[in-house]
Amino acid sequence: MSDAAPEPIPDSASPTALASPVLAVDGLVKHFGPVKAVDGVSFGIAPGTVTGLLGGNGAGKTTLIAMILGLVAPTAGTIRLEGADMAAAPSKARAAMNFSSPYVDLPHRLTVAENLTVFARLYGVAEPRRRVAEMAERLDLSDLLRRPTGRLSAGQRTRVALAKALINRPRLLLLDEPTASLDPDTADWVRRYLLDYQRESGAAILLASHNMAEVERLCADVLMMRQGKVVDHDTPAGLLARYGRDDLEAVFLDIARGRDIGGGPGRQDGGISP
Amino acid sequence: MGRIGALALRHWYLLRSSWPRLIDLVYWPTVQMLTWGFITLFLTPVNGPALQGVAALLGAAILWDVLLRAQLGTTMSFLEEMYSRNLGHLLASPLRPVEMMLALAFVGLLRTLVGMIPTSLLAIWFFGYSVYGMGLALAAFFAILMAMGWAVSFFIAGLIMRVGLGAEALAWGLVFAIAPLSAVFYPVAVLPEFLHPIALALPSTHVFEGMRALLLDGTLDPHHLVMGALLDLVYLGLGIAAFLGFHGAARRNGRLLQMGE
Repeated sequence: MSDAAPEPIPDSASPTALASPVLAVDGLVKHFGPVKAVDGVSFGIAPGTVTGLLGGNGAGKTTLIAMILGLVAPTAGTIRLEGADMAAAPSKARAAMNFSSPYVDLPHRLTVAENLTVFARLYGVAEPRRRVAEMAERLDLSDLLRRPTGRLSAGQRTRVALAKALINRPRLLLLDEPTASLDPDTADWVRRYLLDYQRESGAAILLASHNMAEVERLCADVLMMRQGKVVDHDTPAGLLARYGRDDLEAVFLDIARGRDIGGGPGRQDGGISP
Repeated sequence: MGRIGALALRHWYLLRSSWPRLIDLVYWPTVQMLTWGFITLFLTPVNGPALQGVAALLGAAILWDVLLRAQLGTTMSFLEEMYSRNLGHLLASPLRPVEMMLALAFVGLLRTLVGMIPTSLLAIWFFGYSVYGMGLALAAFFAILMAMGWAVSFFIAGLIMRVGLGAEALAWGLVFAIAPLSAVFYPVAVLPEFLHPIALALPSTHVFEGMRALLLDGTLDPHHLVMGALLDLVYLGLGIAAFLGFHGAARRNGRLLQMGE
């Protein structure tokens, strides 16, 4: 883990002009009784981009991610992963993505190698043993492979969760607070690794985070959610310029407190075209 | 190996790494068998036809545990995923719900065999009673009870997905509610008349009636085997439909995001 200067922000890919998006979300709605958790969200994510998903508590981020993963059924709208419709071909759609979230855990009694082997096989990875060894080497887990996952430190567990999330070489990686509870050095290492992976693989990453510095550093695009809607979308630089702020945290507060000005390059009719 | 094998492998890893779990699989069936064995010895003189009574009671105790362990083994495998907060990982993977059921059923079979084989061997050692004396009929009885255990387990696992761990108590208690009606240790004729149709609508009742006829009269009544198998098809259909229906409902109401109580 090095302490070199932060990586530059990757080039932006305009979501309005996505010929073949990895993820295409169109008119997504989720009602829980009278509560509109997600209310008409549309966007697309191009290959090789990192998109930030920001919003306060209860903005609808978790529900949106859960719908993309297929854990929650939409009330209306469609989700396509690499062209596969989540409603019609959920297994195929899920095979194209993977995720890491603090809401789930890997079985503590299983060793790191056992957990990674199980998920490699669940995702139909060819030569699972070789892939597990490869991921262990890349994520500095080789010495931990025979250790029960429950006996790892928080930083080590995060690396194992990341290895699980990358085991199938996902075209879309969903990350929910990937660096929460990590020390700054480990968090920085994780961010660098994600950027390297995105560059090498051309995968798309959807990143939900409350760490605004992290979002500024990693993301080419940012979706701002409030009350179930995407209320703004732009590059981090574009958001800072339009809101006249110096950092994303101030923009976040403007939007969370209802002072959003909307717009952005992808905004069309209250949503973002997939 | 496929996704079904992958999930089965996860549970194999768990079992082999946890000796308390392995002991638990053998401990309760053994205690049950010993208890019934000694009760039977106490109640029956050791000669003549009474020995057949010993066989019927011990056979019933062992077969009852097949049903109980089949259901518990399958349901516990599902609950292990909830306890370890791993269910979200599985349900967001390419694993289909039907594949999950097949994997859980396989693990349930494995757990049942791990528990029942040592118990049945101990019965030979302690009481000179071999459940294997039933021959091929034992395989049929085992299959009918196993399938019924799967069906009940699918229903319970689905219900837990739908309403959360608050329904966990059913995992431990539902099969016991079936026991009095299954005529495990006594014939259906002992039950009040109005309960007969309910008892005979259970696959397990046909197993225990069939087993008694085999051990006491020496005849295997194919009617009981056929009825048990046909009822199993109905129960399995209902269990699978319940699991899939509850899974769909849990996806619609967001319960899969809140896997606690």
